[in-house]
Amino acid sequence: MSEFDQLYRELILDHYKNPRNHGLLDPADAHAEGQNPLCGDELAVSVRLGDGDVIEEIGFDGRGCAISQAATSMLSELVKGRTAEEVAAMPKEELLDELGIPLSPVRLKCAILGLGVLKLALHKARGTPLPEEWGTSNRDLVLE
Amino acid sequence: MRRSGRPRTVESSRGEPNRPGYDAVVAVTAQPKLDAERLRADFAVFDELVNGKPVAYLDSAASTQKPRQVLDVMRDFYEHSYANVHRGVYRLAERATTGYETARQKVASYVNAPSEREVIFTRSATEALNLVAYAWGLDNLGKGDVVVVTDLEHHSSFVPWQYVAGRTGATFRVIPIDEVGELRLDALDEIEREGNVKVVASNLVSNTLGTVNPVQALASWAHEHGAVMVVDAAQAAPHRQLDVQALDCEFLALSSHKMCGPTGIGALWGRRELLETMSPFNLGGEMIRSVSAERTTWNELPYKFEAGTPAIAEAVGFGAAIDYVSEVGLDAIEQHEFELVEYTLGRLGELAWVDTYGPPPERRAGIISLNVQGVHPHDVAQVLDWEGVAVRAGHHCTQPLMAKLGVSATIRASFYLYSIAEEVDRLVDGLHKAKKSLG
Repeated sequence: MSEFDQLYRELILDHYKNPRNHGLLDPADAHAEGQNPLCGDELAVSVRLGDGDVIEEIGFDGRGCAISQAATSMLSELVKGRTAEEVAAMPKEELLDELGIPLSPVRLKCAILGLGVLKLALHKARGTPLPEEWGTSNRDLVLE
Repeated sequence: MRRSGRPRTVESSRGEPNRPGYDAVVAVTAQPKLDAERLRADFAVFDELVNGKPVAYLDSAASTQKPRQVLDVMRDFYEHSYANVHRGVYRLAERATTGYETARQKVASYVNAPSEREVIFTRSATEALNLVAYAWGLDNLGKGDVVVVTDLEHHSSFVPWQYVAGRTGATFRVIPIDEVGELRLDALDEIEREGNVKVVASNLVSNTLGTVNPVQALASWAHEHGAVMVVDAAQAAPHRQLDVQALDCEFLALSSHKMCGPTGIGALWGRRELLETMSPFNLGGEMIRSVSAERTTWNELPYKFEAGTPAIAEAVGFGAAIDYVSEVGLDAIEQHEFELVEYTLGRLGELAWVDTYGPPPERRAGIISLNVQGVHPHDVAQVLDWEGVAVRAGHHCTQPLMAKLGVSATIRASFYLYSIAEEVDRLVDGLHKAKKSLG
């Protein structure tokens, strides 16, 4: 398999070109925004919670590379039906396994931007602090 | 290929006749040539394979590669002449001091400074610009004063002035650009009505668009208002002749690693009468004359601004880089890059799905920002990397400019004396691949 096909595998390109759950929710129970200052990517995520704080609906909007957009699209499918508490604690490896692509350190940040913003939204809604590994700001997420 | 014959002169904003000066004297008449293929032999990195391919290094605006001549000088200095500078009476310390001070003379002569005492070694151009913003700005700015920068500034020339303006209560204003990315000097009339213009900060060459800015005209406008002119020459110094006297500026910053020298060293040139009156920036060893609990006095120029042990071997390497670049010849470098820019813009112009930004080749240095329509720059850069083509993708530390262009990021290809047309061809091939697979 060529390097291109390894990174931009069919599933990634499909999510990039046809993102699932695209567009922000209004009203929403949780909302956050984030940037990756290195590449200028911006992302916003909003969530509606149902009984037992289960994620019923999720929407995202922003601009970024194929990896960041596809990863956020795949993430949105991954977390639906799970509790806010569970997703707030979800390890990034779970998303990276789902992506299943080799990522350099720079591209890793593209891949986890969506997860970081979603975590921030959920922690804000729950009144819990965002774990330090995801940044120190309680407003916007900035991956450093 | 010949450059269009007209000399590049700058219209004065006040319609005064142009006296011969920096912007006029760079007009190339002799058409000097350099042999990039031959120069590449000086750079071992070009033998390196990336992904099984030789690297097409098109990121020289971020940092240039280093020729053997510079590396050899630094190694030789460490092996035969190294000690701390200025204090020791022993032979090695003398040699080290001579090496360090000779490098200062080389920088002074490179920018045509009236005196080497006006050349301060810094960590980088960024630190040089911060030195001016802090050591001059904090003591000389206040309410009612106006600090002027441009839309084209690198963050290192934008943010220190924004910050110091905020600290002192001064007004912060930005000269806008027109649709091709050149400064709109007509906006100066409005800016001067905002208060006392005290400082104008501009780069000579934009690191994102390659625009060559009319710094001489800005300096004369600044002087009409009694303001000081601060020039960020980090992107200009590697590519064209500099003359602080012809530019008629007050401060000028440059960086070693963008012109074949090592990282960790840059320089600030400043007018002596201003440097003399300024407060120190960093405090510590080397920069003092006498210290007691009651009173401490500052050393003379340039040491007043060089606290702590400096980057000694890096300064020596900076000097070697100046020798190297000067021997190749700045006119030849400028001409070489002009030809590459013309060639690249020509090739990109054939691609309807590529957007390029910035002025025409005769008014820009060897920097081209572009985008493949519908493909994020990061993805383009990734595909290019697989082809062994090294470009920068991002905002290039110019977020205000990105906002003006209406993009979040661009691909930037930038050239230097070792760049060749074949690398441009590989760039274009890579863009085709990115478009085909992701567009």
